[in-house]
Amino acid sequence: MLAPEKNWWKPMGRMEKSWLTVAFVWCVFLTVMMPLWYFYGKQNVPTETYRISPADYGAKVNAFVEQYTVGKDEASGIPIVAAPPGSDVYIRASTWQWYPILQLEKGEEYRLHISSMDLQHGFSLQPVNINLQVIPGYDYVATITPTSSGEFTIVCNEYCFVGHHTMVGKVIVTEEN
Amino acid sequence: MTSLAPTTAWTEGAKDDYRDCPVTTLKVDMHTERLIIANAVMAVVCLALGGIAALLIALTRWQAIHLLPAVWFYRLLTLHGIDMLIAWIVFFEMAGLHFGSTILLNARHAAPKLAWTGFIMMTVGGLMANAVVLFDPNSNVMFSAYVPMKAHPLFYLSYILFAVGALITVITFFINIVVAKREGRFSGSLPLVVFGLMTAAILATYTLLEGAAAIVPAFFWSLGILKTYDPGIYRNFFWGFGHPAQQVNLAAMVSIWYALAQMTVGIRPVNEKFSRLAFILYLFFINLGSAHHLLVDPGLSFAWKAVNTSYAMYLAVLGSMMHAFSIPAALEIALRAKGYRKGLFGWLRNAPWGEPGFSSLVLSMFLFGWIGGVTGVTIGTEQINMLVHNTLRLPGHFHATVVSGTTLAFMGFTYYVIPLIFRKELKLKSWAKWQPYIFGFGMLLTSMGMIVSGLQGVARRNWDITFAGVVPGTVEISLAVFGIGAILAVVGGIMYVTIVLTSILTGPRLEASNLLLLTGTHNPIIDSTKLTDHQMEDKQNQPKGALVLVFAFLGWFAIYYFTNWWLLGRTWFIR
Repeated sequence: MLAPEKNWWKPMGRMEKSWLTVAFVWCVFLTVMMPLWYFYGKQNVPTETYRISPADYGAKVNAFVEQYTVGKDEASGIPIVAAPPGSDVYIRASTWQWYPILQLEKGEEYRLHISSMDLQHGFSLQPVNINLQVIPGYDYVATITPTSSGEFTIVCNEYCFVGHHTMVGKVIVTEEN
Repeated sequence: MTSLAPTTAWTEGAKDDYRDCPVTTLKVDMHTERLIIANAVMAVVCLALGGIAALLIALTRWQAIHLLPAVWFYRLLTLHGIDMLIAWIVFFEMAGLHFGSTILLNARHAAPKLAWTGFIMMTVGGLMANAVVLFDPNSNVMFSAYVPMKAHPLFYLSYILFAVGALITVITFFINIVVAKREGRFSGSLPLVVFGLMTAAILATYTLLEGAAAIVPAFFWSLGILKTYDPGIYRNFFWGFGHPAQQVNLAAMVSIWYALAQMTVGIRPVNEKFSRLAFILYLFFINLGSAHHLLVDPGLSFAWKAVNTSYAMYLAVLGSMMHAFSIPAALEIALRAKGYRKGLFGWLRNAPWGEPGFSSLVLSMFLFGWIGGVTGVTIGTEQINMLVHNTLRLPGHFHATVVSGTTLAFMGFTYYVIPLIFRKELKLKSWAKWQPYIFGFGMLLTSMGMIVSGLQGVARRNWDITFAGVVPGTVEISLAVFGIGAILAVVGGIMYVTIVLTSILTGPRLEASNLLLLTGTHNPIIDSTKLTDHQMEDKQNQPKGALVLVFAFLGWFAIYYFTNWWLLGRTWFIR
């Protein structure tokens, strides 16, 4: 709180120097971990993105659903859609619904498109716990490979007004054929 | 008694209105005194409002109680964010800026009218934001107000008013320092605490400008004058304001840490260069951290995210790690110099744990670093963020930084502002002794409850997670821990507000006679001037204990960090 003496530019002591060195090395390590995982890790944040208007995206989703629908969810009436492995699959977020229900195969790769028709939403796949931001006007493409099977839930985790907590969707993953 | 005030004559042609503080011997400009009182009162009012909201929303998220209906939950959550994260902290910081730029420099307030203008704008903006959120049906848009979610135009206007008011106050800080220097009120370098506040003020300047870049277009968009507003661009600008605003809090909090350490233990900074360098690192690198909020956004490349989220190379984190050693080390040396030299931690056992300024300092540093800092760096790692984004782990992290860290430090500091600036006797002293522990422990449980719930996938800003039917049963327990912690913290908050109000509203005006509130009649600030170079360098006084503590911290950091990579490695493949 008090003014320092006139010449405060003094060499650091042994302890400051050693802590500074250790802390700096740790910081470098933290930095290096990200590119390392980028090249060698299996879980990286998707970067592929396209600009698209909500209307165009909606049309793509409808065409996709029409082509690949295999059934209907009893409770919600939302179509269940199964596209062949390796293909583009679509999920549409809107207030307050995820559409459609995807049916995927375990161990197969899919190009998953996510976008919003209105507000910002949050794609939170549970209990896998993968979370992505969904922004209207942006077609976000995640190349995913399910490594577990069963029924998974998509929770909206970006606040989108008062029905936000009711915005719950479903993904079904079947065992490998 | 030794005088701390520099010997430069006070009056040099200026219309001076000041008093001499009998405890610190510093000169207190009367404009500054009134400005500090006004800002501090508004801060406490906002804390009380935000605290009521905190209790109600925590009791709603505690699934077993689930108190509020959905609309009120979201409304009060919006209110809680604005009152706590912005109003309470910024009002307190403005008081701190007035304090640092005049009293600590033996200087006068050079622009009181401008400062009052700033204060009035902030007050109007703050109260307006509360009113709009409470009474407008569409303005429950959360603190972040993501476009295209549209609130009432007055909502954005209240943000703008508050921010411009704060910017004006920050400008008076710079004016005061320039005038003080020119009038020769102090010579040489700024004291470390003022240097830290200067860092906060510089950060605040560009933070507030970026806030304008986000909110001013949103205001015109809400009026219909601007037809479209790209939500991705809004996010970028908004977090250019929202994240650095927390770094302003960080710099201000660290400054208060140094002040509390000197006021309660009588430290001398171990090495001025070391501590100042750490602040400089904040200045240059910390703004990059706004990318933390955009890590799983579409449209941004890996390189952009990785460089920004790591503050170039975790250089701002390095700054915090430097303070994490520098302050405990200074405490250790000062206590060892008093003769508490037994073993590695004898100094810690003999520290003034009953002094609220000291206990809040230590708890604030511990909770900020061990919980807030470690979780923050980990979840700000580009890939790991996929596990965390918008889950309860996020508020778990920032409640440890902004509440357990900043708020607790500010609360502890308030207890000294009351006798020294309000010139009122501190009432309910025994409450003040326990308050930091109750609040700190409550916040520890709150953060832990949130973090563990978030690890299991519980979303933040969500009225009823069981709706999703996905969360495992153990979530009930972690949400209960969060709820119980929140109740304890609110009890601590009520104690704080009660102590402050009882002290300032009852009893006569009384000049302070003692710096310490509970643990003695000596004056640690004066003591600190008597710490000689010889004592600082004495082999027996070297901070070995502090070094052990920071290495233990690093160990815990590494464990938490690697556990998260392991968790990430178990999830679906994604790129």
